Parts: sequence; structure tokens; C-alpha cells
Amino acid sequence: MGFETTRRDFIRNTGWGIASAAAVSGLDIHGPLLRAEPIEVPSVAPTSRIRLTVNQRPYALGVEDRWTLAEVLRDHLGLTGTKVACDRGECGACTVLLEGRAVYACSYLAVWADGKEVLTVEGLAQGEQLDPLQEAFIEHDGPQCGFCTSGQLMAARALLNQVPEPTPPQVREGLAGNLCRCSNYNRYVEAVLAAAGKEGRHGK
Amino acid sequence: MKSFVNVNPKSLDEAVAVLDRARAQGKKAALAGGGSDLLGMLKDHLVQPDLVVNLKSISGLEGVHREGERVRIGALTTLDEIARHPLLVERYAALAQAAGLAASPQIRNVGTLGGNVNQRPWCHYFRQGFPCFKNGGKMCYAVAGENQFHALFGGGPAFIVHPSDTAPALVALEAEFKVMGPSGAKIIPAEKYFILPREDVLRENVLGENEILAEVILPAAPSGLRSTYLKIRDRQAWDHAIVSIGAALEWEGGRCRKARLVLGGVAPIPWRVPNAERLLEGKSLGEALARQVAEAALAGAQPLAKNGYKVPLAKATVRRAVLSLLPAA
Ligand SMILES: Cc1cc2nc3c(=O)[nH]c(=O)nc-3n(C[C@@H](O)[C@@H](O)[C@H](O)COP(=O)(O)OP(=O)(O)OC[C@H]3O[C@@H](n4cnc5c(N)ncnc54)[C@H](O)[C@@H]3O)c2cc1C
Ligand code: FES
Ligand code: FES
Repeated sequence: MGFETTRRDFIRNTGWGIASAAAVSGLDIHGPLLRAEPIEVPSVAPTSRIRLTVNQRPYALGVEDRWTLAEVLRDHLGLTGTKVACDRGECGACTVLLEGRAVYACSYLAVWADGKEVLTVEGLAQGEQLDPLQEAFIEHDGPQCGFCTSGQLMAARALLNQVPEPTPPQVREGLAGNLCRCSNYNRYVEAVLAAAGKEGRHGK
Repeated sequence: MKSFVNVNPKSLDEAVAVLDRARAQGKKAALAGGGSDLLGMLKDHLVQPDLVVNLKSISGLEGVHREGERVRIGALTTLDEIARHPLLVERYAALAQAAGLAASPQIRNVGTLGGNVNQRPWCHYFRQGFPCFKNGGKMCYAVAGENQFHALFGGGPAFIVHPSDTAPALVALEAEFKVMGPSGAKIIPAEKYFILPREDVLRENVLGENEILAEVILPAAPSGLRSTYLKIRDRQAWDHAIVSIGAALEWEGGRCRKARLVLGGVAPIPWRVPNAERLLEGKSLGEALARQVAEAALAGAQPLAKNGYKVPLAKATVRRAVLSLLPAA
């Protein structure tokens, strides 16, 4: 690999992640990707075969044992809504739900998620219908640069699943594991409270 | 991260056997609970194991179980479960509070009790790969460097502080640790589990290379026991304690029958302060005695150039903690 090779070329050329290749060739990644056959891993690094359910779609994958869940989601399934900023469990940008609980995907190995269910920000909306949290985030101008937003959404989703009508302190505690470098914390808290109110009324 | 093989043992015995075999073959193995500490260590190349032993694959290592008057907590129980568990919240408040004050919600969802007490130091020199004692080198960079967060007691040759929030609470509650090794299980009092750098600068506890912490056992909570964990930190999430205290006081007829005060964030191990405990025993508690207890707790502190602020901070923390444990009138 020469210096001019981009990461995307590298991924495509080595046959990793069908997702990235599909994205490049303009294929709908939710089409052919879904029931992907196990990926043959052309590598000397130790690998494992795992099954993951991501946003209710089952995948059988070959992964290097050292890959994090965030790497697999982003680089190999093309689900780049999950962001990686610190890559050390210190910012929350990579928050996804694992078996319904908020976790840092950067700090959890993909092999450990074998057989488990993952929800990423891509799985929040039902078709065109946004999650009430997404709507509230838009209404309340939650995202500024937006880099932390998918993590904030997932942390908030986990909170509302557990505590449907949280108090403001509970919301702040629920989002305490998510940094926003644009410092739009108050708007995020407002938005979560507003979404919780709506969900309560509509009995979501 | 360097590549490694992830191993999913099905039982503790199998996990111990894997460790033993690895050692015999000169291979390095690392245990993983939730991995919230280990992954950072791997990414920064501070540990480079050939094998990662995923303890999550062992069933029966998690959960809070009553056994007569005692309580057994599996090493794989998450901090979140501990923080919310009604029995722990009610009878062993110091532990539930400590777990709930650790790190962030996401880390508490995966972080285990075993990983919490066995986490490696968070000294920034160590974590950034300086060739310090903890990284196998020959000096402690904190001595002449940025030592705001380092030890007041028990330092030397390394001046790290023990980072675990649950450890001071467990020592205060007189917990015992059940450790599994090749020759079976052994029980170690929490207080004896942690060791100073002068005993072995490369480790923070007595756990051997082929041993696993399986369970934490809490003794019966006597009537009149009240406990708490107070933690002072720079911000309300993610931060390790600047100073903290696990405090457990037993009351009888308005007097303190027994006291256990264990400081966090001030020493390379959870730091018990027996002189301060003795001041409380047999007495009823008021503001004046609380101040004396706080003075006694910090007597003999040896601040470095930049961590002297921890002394008054710790005194205030001790005072607040013991006063918060006054028996219900
Ligand atoms: C950003 C950040 C902030 C943090 N803040 C805090 C905080 O405020 N307070 C706090 O206490 N901690 C804090 N931590 C440390 C956090 O990792 C621990 O709280 C967590 O409980 C570790 O549990 P784990 O299961 O994920 O550990 P792992 O990463 O799985 O393991 C940690 C260490 O313990 C060993 N180990 C794990 N389980 C066992 C076992 N059963 N027997 C023997 N050895 C074992 C591992 O080999 C490893 O060396 C923080 C971590 C991060 C990344
Ligand atoms: S990228 Fe995972 S917590 Fe920052
Ligand atoms: S919106 Fe920019 S980091 Fe939060």
C-alpha cells in the first residue's frame, strides 16, 4: 500500500467490509449487505466468526479478534453514524445500545458482542418516521457541529427506555457520559425532556 | 492494537487452565471483564498479550446473591447492577454509592466489579507510556513532575494512587475476595489484597499471573451499621477520585461501637486510617470530634510539590462523611 492509497481504496482492495465497497459503487448498503456470507479474512491476525444483529438485521461476520465494535460497525458494515472521537471511552461519540444498554462501541471488542443485539443511530427511525428524540433534537437545535449527536441520541434512547419520564437531573446523569465540544448541553437536555413528554402522551 | 487471540472459557477452571498453560508456554495472557480499562491499555501498547481471556463467557460469575446473612457478588457483576441493587443500596450503601459514582453510565454498564478493583493505575505518565516504574522502568516521573493527582501516603518508589472507587468501600465494609488459581480457591481479606509499590512496583495487588478474582463476599451487616462513600472529583462524570472515603460506622445506643475509615485517591492502596477510627470508637459524635477525626486521618501526610491541596480537601471529606453517618435519633 503506497502512501497515496486512501483508506477506502485499501478497504476495497483488500476485500474487507462489503459495506465500504458497496458504498463506493453506489449500492444500497441495506440491500445486498444484509445476509452477508461470513467474510473471509485474508489476514494473519487471529480472527473469529461472529453473529450480530444490528438494527434488527442479522449478520454473520469474520472479524479480527482485536477489532472493536465501533470498527466493525463503521469500517465493515458501513454504519458510519456511530462516531469515533477519543477511541478511549472518554467522550461518548461512539455510544450504541448493546442488548438495550448504552455502551461505548470503541471500548468493546466485536468478538464479545457475538450473538448479541446492537442498535445504532441508523436504527432509530422507522422508515421515514424519525424517533421522537430525533425530532426533538431538531426542534431544539441540539446538534451544532453534530459530531456528538448520534452518541447523545443513543444515550438518551437508553435512558428513556429505562426511565420513560425522567427528571432534569436524571437526564443530565443519563447524558453524563457524552461530551459535546460545542457545549450545547442545555439544548440536549431540553430536547430529551421534550421527547420524553411526547412519548409519554403518545404512549410510545 | 497488536493482534491477539480472544479466548472464551466456559468455566473458571478452564480460564485458570488457559492462564496456566499460557504461562508455561511463555505466552502473555490478559483477563478481560468489561474491557473498559483493558482496551485502553491494549490500544496504548501498555500490555501486549498473546491471549485475551474473555471472562464474560463464563456463566455464573455475575450477580448479587444472598447466602445466609452474607452477600456474594460475582466478579463479573456490572457497576450499574451494584449501584442499583436494593439489598446493597440498603445494607452496604458505601459499595452501591461507590459503584454509582464511578466513571460514566456507559462504563458502568460494561465495567465489572472484578475489573474495577483490578484496574491499573491512571497516572498520566504510566498511561502515556513513559518508562516509569509501573511500565518496567527505573523512575517515577511524578516525583519531580506533574504530581497534582499523586499520593500523600505510602508512595515510593512509585507515587500512583489506587484508582478504584469500589476498593475503599470494600475495605471499609470488611469484604473478602475469593481468588481462583490452579490449586483451587482461596479467600483474601480486601485489606490484604492490595499492596504498596515498595512490595512489588509492577503490581497493585497480590493476584498471581494464573489467578482470577472470582467473587467478593460481604460479611453480615450488623444492626447499627451505616456506611457511605464520598468522592471529590474535578467534574461530575468520568473522573477518578481526587480524594474519596469509604466509611462504615457501627452504632449502639448513640455511641460508635466500631469504625472503619478508608481513604481513596491518596495512596497506592485503599488507605485505612486506624488512628482516626480509634478516636470515634466508644464515643458519640459531634462537630468537634468529627474535626479531630479528620485531623487524625491526615496526620503524617507527605504531600509532593503540587498535591498539598489534597490535605484540606481530604480532611473536609472525612468530616462530612462521618457526620453524614450519625445514627437516626
Ligand atoms: C474514561 C474512564 C473513566 C473512568 N473513571 C473511573 C472512575 O471514576 N472510577 C473508577 O473506579 N474507575 C474508573 N474507570 C475505570 C473503569 O475501567 C473501571 O471503573 C471498570 O470498573 C473496569 O471494569 P472492566 O470490567 O471494564 O475492567 P477490564 O478492563 O475488563 O479489566 C481491568 C483490569 O482488571 C483485570 N481484571 C478484570 N477482571 C478481573 C478478574 N475477575 N480477576 C482478575 N483480574 C481482572 C484485567 O485484566 C485488567 O487489567 C474509568 C475508565 C475510563 C476509561
Ligand atoms: S469514541 Fe468511544 S468514547 Fe470517545
Ligand atoms: S454538537 Fe458539536 S460536539 Fe456536540
